[in-house]
Amino acid sequence: MSKQYWLRSMLLAGAAGLAFAATARAEDPIRIGVIGEESAVAGASLTKAAQMAADDVNAHGGVNGRKVEVITYDDHSSAADAVRAFQRAVSQDHVSFVIASYISEVALAIEPWSARLHMPFITTGAASNEISKQVHKDYAHFKYTFHGWLTSAFIAQSICDAEHDLLVEPLHMKTAVIMSEDAAWTTPLDARYLECLPKAGLKVLDHIRFNPDTTDFTPIFRQIEAKSPDVIITGISHVGVQPTVQWHDQQVPIPMAGQSSQATTSTFWKDTNGAANGVITASAAAPGVALSPLTIPFTEAYQKRFGDSPSYTGYSTYDAVHVIVDAFKRAGSTDADKVVAAMEKTDLVGTIGRWQFYGKDDPFTHAVKYGPGLVTGITFQWQDGKQVALWPAAVANGHVKFPSFVKLPKVTN
Amino acid sequence: MLALQILIDGFAISALYGLGAVGFTLLFGVSGVLNLAHGGIMVIAALIGWRAAGGLGIGSWLGSLVGVLAALVAAYATYFAVVRPIQRSRAIPREETEIFVLTGTLLWGIMIQVGMAWLFTDNPVTIRPLIGGVMELAGVRTPANEVLIAAVCWGAIGLLWLLVNRTRAGRALLAASINPRGLVLLGFDLDRIYLLVWTIYGVLAGVAGVLLASFLGAGTNNVGQLTASAFSIVVLGGLGSVSGSLIAAYVVGYLETVTAYVIAPTLRPIPALILLVLVVYVRPQGLLGRR
Repeated sequence: MSKQYWLRSMLLAGAAGLAFAATARAEDPIRIGVIGEESAVAGASLTKAAQMAADDVNAHGGVNGRKVEVITYDDHSSAADAVRAFQRAVSQDHVSFVIASYISEVALAIEPWSARLHMPFITTGAASNEISKQVHKDYAHFKYTFHGWLTSAFIAQSICDAEHDLLVEPLHMKTAVIMSEDAAWTTPLDARYLECLPKAGLKVLDHIRFNPDTTDFTPIFRQIEAKSPDVIITGISHVGVQPTVQWHDQQVPIPMAGQSSQATTSTFWKDTNGAANGVITASAAAPGVALSPLTIPFTEAYQKRFGDSPSYTGYSTYDAVHVIVDAFKRAGSTDADKVVAAMEKTDLVGTIGRWQFYGKDDPFTHAVKYGPGLVTGITFQWQDGKQVALWPAAVANGHVKFPSFVKLPKVTN
Repeated sequence: MLALQILIDGFAISALYGLGAVGFTLLFGVSGVLNLAHGGIMVIAALIGWRAAGGLGIGSWLGSLVGVLAALVAAYATYFAVVRPIQRSRAIPREETEIFVLTGTLLWGIMIQVGMAWLFTDNPVTIRPLIGGVMELAGVRTPANEVLIAAVCWGAIGLLWLLVNRTRAGRALLAASINPRGLVLLGFDLDRIYLLVWTIYGVLAGVAGVLLASFLGAGTNNVGQLTASAFSIVVLGGLGSVSGSLIAAYVVGYLETVTAYVIAPTLRPIPALILLVLVVYVRPQGLLGRR
C-alpha cells in the first residue's frame, strides 16, 4: 500500500472524527476520565470520590444543563497501562478532562501524552516536583497538565513545620533518621527533609532509602536503632502495612512520623490489626476535621456510601472534579485551551482548603498553592482506631500520644 | 551483638523459607511436578487467613486454620483443574508434559495473583501475631511470635519426617519418588499417592503462608518472589531432596540476612542469586541432589 493511500485514509478518518465531534449535541454529557489504582489503598479512592463529585454536580443541574459523566479506568499501578487508558479516554471515549493516579511515575508518564494530545490532565495524588517543574520549563507544550496535590517539597515542608510544633517544642526531640522508599516522589521529598528538618530543630543522623519491594524491615529498624534518634521521619506510600506492623511487633522504641500514605485511609487500622497505633502522618484531611465547611459532609457521605473513609486522594479528587466543572462553566466550553485558561484562574473552596494554582512564572507552575489560608494538608496520629488531628493547631482535636513501647527523650534542663 | 541479631533473625526467616520449600520439593520428588503457582497458594492462605481472623473476627488461631484450609483447597484445585488434565491429555506429547505443567501452573499462579488482587487489594496484609509481646534472647529484643514461628516451622517439618519415615503411606510416597513404576507393579494406586502428596503440599504451603502473614506480612505482589525463592532454594538444595532444601533454606536465609545487615537491605536477594548461578555451574544437581 502506498504512502499516499495511507495519508488519504488518515485524512478521511480525521475528517470523519471531526464530523462526529461536531454532531455532539448540547445535551450530551461532558465526560471526565478518571484513571485510578483500584487494587492500591491510596489509589482506590480516586474513582469513588470522582463519581461522588459528579453525582453532586448533576444533582445541582450539571454544567450549564449538561450532565457530567465519569468514565473510570484501572491502571493496575502500571505506567504503561495508564498511558493506554489515557489514549483510550481521549480517542475512544472523547473525554474533556482526565484525572489520574497517586503514583508520580504514572503521572510523569501521562504528562507528555497530555501535551501531545492537548488533553487537560490533573493528578490528584502524585507528588513529584518534576510534574509541575516540567510545566514551568516548557509552558507552551505542557500547559495542559495540572498538579492537584501538594508537591513533595511542600509535603516535606508541611511535615517539618508540623514536627517542629508537635515533637521538637513540647517533647524536646532533637534528632531524626529519614526512612524513605526509593521512588520518584521521595527524591525531592528527602532533599527538602534534609534541608528543613535541621531548621525545624531535628538533626538528621542518617538517611535511609530502601527498595519498595522490601518485605523484612528488621535490619532497617536495627540500623536506625543503632543511631538512637528521637524520631523516624518516613516517606512511604507504596509500602505501609509491613513496616508499620513490624515496627509494632518488634516494639521499636522510636516513634514514626512523616508521610505514610497508606495510613491516610481508615482501612489501615484493620490492615495492620491496630499496629498503626501511634503512627503520625501527613494527609489531606481527617474524619471529623473541618478544613472547610465541605470537609465533614464529604467524609461522612463517602463513609456512608463506601464503608470506609477516603484516603488523601479521595479528598483531592472530589475537589478536583468541582474545580474542573467550575472551569468548564467559566470557560463556557470544553475547548482544551479555554479550559486551561479558566483552570489557571481557579479560586474555589474545596474539602482540603482553598484551591488556587501557581502561575506560569512560579517554579511549580499549575501545582495547587500551598500555605495558610490555602491548602496546607494536616498531620494526624492514629490513636486507638481513630485518626486524631494534631496539626495545624487550628484544626487539632487531640494531643500526641504514643504506645507504651515508644521511649521519649528525657527532658534535661 | 550484630552477630547475635543476625543469628536470631536469620533463624526464623530461614525456618519459614524451609517450610515453604519442603512441600515444593516433596511435590517434585514424588510426582515430578514443579508447581509455579506455589507463591499464589501461599498468598491465598495469607489473605483468606487474614480475612477470617480480622473480618470474621474469629481470631488469629482459627483464622490461620481457615487460611491453611484455603491453601489446601487451592492445592487441590491446582492439581485437579490444571496439572492432572495436562498430564492426562492425549493431545500433549509425553515428553512435553513437564513443560506444559510448568506453563500451566505459571499461568495459574498469575491468575491467582490477579484474582486475589481484585478480590482483596494488592496491599500486603498481616495476621495479628499468634502471641504478642517481645522477649530478650541473649540481649536481642525478639518478638515472641518470631520464636513461635520458628518452633511451628520445625514442628511441621518434624511431623512431615515422621509421616514419611514412620507410616506406610509415607513410605509409599518415598518409594514413588524413587521408582513410581515399581510401585504400580506392586499394586499401589499412584493416583492416591499423588493425592496424598498434594494434600501434604497444600497444608505445608498453607502453614508457611499464614506464618509469613503473621511474621512479615504478605500480599499478591509477593507471589512471584515467593515462587522464585522456593524455586531457588529447591534448586540449590537439589531438586526433590527434602534435607537438601532445608540446608539450602538456611544458607539462603542467612546469606540474605547477613547481606541486609552488613551491606544494605536493598541488596538482600543478590548474593543468594549469585550463589545459585554458581551452584548451577559447578554442581548442577544441587547440594544433596541425586542426579
